[in-house]
Amino acid sequence: MTVLAVDGLTVEFATERGTLTALREVSFDIPERAIVGVVGESGCGKSTLINAILGLLADNGDVAGGSMIFEGRHDLGQIGPEAMRALRGQRIATVFQDPMGALNPVLSVGRQMVNIQYRSNLSQREKAARAAAMLRKVRIPDPERQLDRFPHEFSGGMKQRIAIAMALMMEPALLIADEPTTALDATLEVATIELLHDLQRDIGCSILFISHHLGVIAELCDQVIVMYAGEVVERGTVRQIFHNPRHPYTAKLFECDPARLHGRSRTLPTIPGEVPDLRARPKGCVFAPRCHRATEQCGERPPAQTFEGGHAALCWLADKPELAEAQG
Amino acid sequence: MTGDALLSVDNVSVTFAVGGLAARLAGRPTTIAAVAGVSFAVGKGETFALVGESGSGKTTLARAINGLQSVAGGSIHFEGDSITELSGAAMKPLRRRMAMMFQDPVGSLSPRLTVRALVTEPFRIHGVEGRDLNAETERLLSLVGLNMDFADRYPHQLSGGQARRVGVARAIALDPALIIADEPTAGLDVSVQGEVLNLLNDLRERLGVSMVIITHNLHVVRQIADRMAVMYLGRLVEQGETESVYTAPRHPYTAALLSANPEPDPDLARERITLPAEVPSLMARPGGCEFHTRCPWVRENCRTEPPAPAGEGERRYTCHHPLQPGERPPKTEEGVHV
Repeated sequence: MTVLAVDGLTVEFATERGTLTALREVSFDIPERAIVGVVGESGCGKSTLINAILGLLADNGDVAGGSMIFEGRHDLGQIGPEAMRALRGQRIATVFQDPMGALNPVLSVGRQMVNIQYRSNLSQREKAARAAAMLRKVRIPDPERQLDRFPHEFSGGMKQRIAIAMALMMEPALLIADEPTTALDATLEVATIELLHDLQRDIGCSILFISHHLGVIAELCDQVIVMYAGEVVERGTVRQIFHNPRHPYTAKLFECDPARLHGRSRTLPTIPGEVPDLRARPKGCVFAPRCHRATEQCGERPPAQTFEGGHAALCWLADKPELAEAQG
Repeated sequence: MTGDALLSVDNVSVTFAVGGLAARLAGRPTTIAAVAGVSFAVGKGETFALVGESGSGKTTLARAINGLQSVAGGSIHFEGDSITELSGAAMKPLRRRMAMMFQDPVGSLSPRLTVRALVTEPFRIHGVEGRDLNAETERLLSLVGLNMDFADRYPHQLSGGQARRVGVARAIALDPALIIADEPTAGLDVSVQGEVLNLLNDLRERLGVSMVIITHNLHVVRQIADRMAVMYLGRLVEQGETESVYTAPRHPYTAALLSANPEPDPDLARERITLPAEVPSLMARPGGCEFHTRCPWVRENCRTEPPAPAGEGERRYTCHHPLQPGERPPKTEEGVHV
C-alpha cells in the first residue's frame, strides 16, 4: 500500500510581484515501510512540500492543483483544518532540524511526552510508562529518571532523540524528518540515522527524509526524489539515483559534493548560474539555463521519461545519460 | 606552528557560571568550563580548522579570541601582542585586523541595510575616512564575485550563498590579517558551498589572509584547511596537518569522527567505529581521560589518570594509548560497541 501518493501537486503563493509557483506538478509515492529521501538546493521547494503535506502553508499559499492522497483515503489538500489536526501528530509526525525549538524549555520532558498523548484514554501513570518506554527505545539510559529533567539538561544528540521519541510516540504512518542530523557531529549523525532506521522497522512507518547531506541520504534511504526549482526532476531507488543519474542536475549535484573528492583539490566544482526566479520560470526545461547539455529542444518543457524499476527523469536526454556516454 | 605565529592561543579556558545559591548549597558545580586548556597557533596565510560537534566549545573559543567573551585563564597573542583581557575600547582597533564571520549568513546581516551600506559599514565603524565608498563597494563586491546590481538590495532579497558572499566582503573590507569564520558553509547547498570555499581559498591566496574556520563538516575541512584541531568537551584532543590527521588519526575520537563521516555511495562497505551516543555533560566531566566513557579502546588507566598532551612535531594529541595507523577497535564482551 502507498502511505502517501502525491500527484501533480502545484503550490502557488500570491506575492506583491506576482504569482510564485513554489511547486509545479510534483508527483511521487511514499510506499509503506519505505524511507524516501528528498535532495535539492535551498529554495527548491523542500519546505513548501512539507508544509503542503502538513496543511501548514502560509496564508498567501494555495494548493493550486494536484492531490496528496494519504493512506488511500484523505486528500490532504482538500480535508479541512479539523480533519488535518486529527492526522497531525497522530498519523503524520515531524522531526525538525533544531531539537531545542521542538521541545518546550519550561516543561519537563516527561510532562511534554504525557501531554502529547492527550487523545489516548490511558491513565496518567500508563502514559508516563509509555513515555519512559519510548525514551528507552531511543536509547536514553535510565529513562524513568530522565522524565523529570528539562530539555536544557540534555546534550544536542539526546534532545534530537527525545524529539524523535515524541514524534514516534503515537506510532504514525508517516514521519517527516526535516534535516534532523544537521546540527550533530559525524558520530552522533550516524547514531541518529541508525536509530531512525531501527525505529522505522520496529514501528513499521514510512519516512520522508530531507537532507542536504548526500552521504546521509545514500546511507538511509530506499528511494530518492531530486528537486530543482519546485519540480521533481528525477526520482528512483537510491542506487538508480546515485549510480546512474539520468538528469544533468542530479549528476552535477553529486559532482559538487566535496565528499566525492579524496584529497585536496584546487578548485571545487560548482554549478554556474542561479536558480531561476519562480515568478518567471524559463519557458522550457527549468534547468536549461544552467545545463551544459542544453539544446534547442530544451526550449520546450520535457516530459517525464520513465525507465525500468520506477526510475523517472524530467529531461529530453534522460535516455542518454552522460555517465553511460562517457563510459561508452 | 612555531616562532612567527600570527595568532597564538595558550592554555585558554572560558568558564560560565551555572546554578545559583541552591546549587552552591547542594554542593553542585557553580561553573562549567566550555573551553578548557586550549593551545594552538595559526601562521601567516594559513587556514586552521576547528572541528567538533555542536556544544563542544568551538564558537565560545572563537568569541574568546575575538574578545567577545572574557577568558578565565591562559593567554592569547595576536601579531605578537597579548590581547588577553583587553577592554572593549582597546580591542576595537584590533578588530580591523581580525574579522569575524558569524554563523547564519542572512541573520548576520542587518535586515534594514542595503548591501552597499553593509559592505561599507566597517569603514564607518572604524572611522576610516577619505575613501570613495562607491569605489570600495565595487571593489569589495567584485572580490567576492558579485556585481553592482546587488549594491541596492536588502538581505532578504539575497540567496544564502549571496548573503554569505556579502558577509565575506564585510570581513575583508579593512584588509584584516585574520578572518575567523564560524560555520561559513552551514546551511548552504553543496554547489554553493563549493563556491564559498573556492572564494575563501582564492582570497587567502590573493590577500594572504589567515583563517580560522569552525565547522563540523569534515569534507569541508579537508578541502580548505592546512591544519586542523579536533575539539571534545571544550578541549583539543588532537591537532596537526590536515592530510596527516586524515590519513592516520592518533586519537580515538578523531578516528571515530573520520570513520563515521557518511559517504555518498549506497553500496560502500563501511568500516565504522561506532561510539556510544551518550556525550557526558560539562557539569559532570568524567574523571581520567574525558573520552573514556565512549572510547572503544579504553583501558584501566584511562579511567583514572588524565592523559598529558603528547605528540611529535606539529602533531599533538591527548591520549594514553594513541592509535597505530588502521588500528581497529578491540572486540568487547558484548561484541561490537553500539
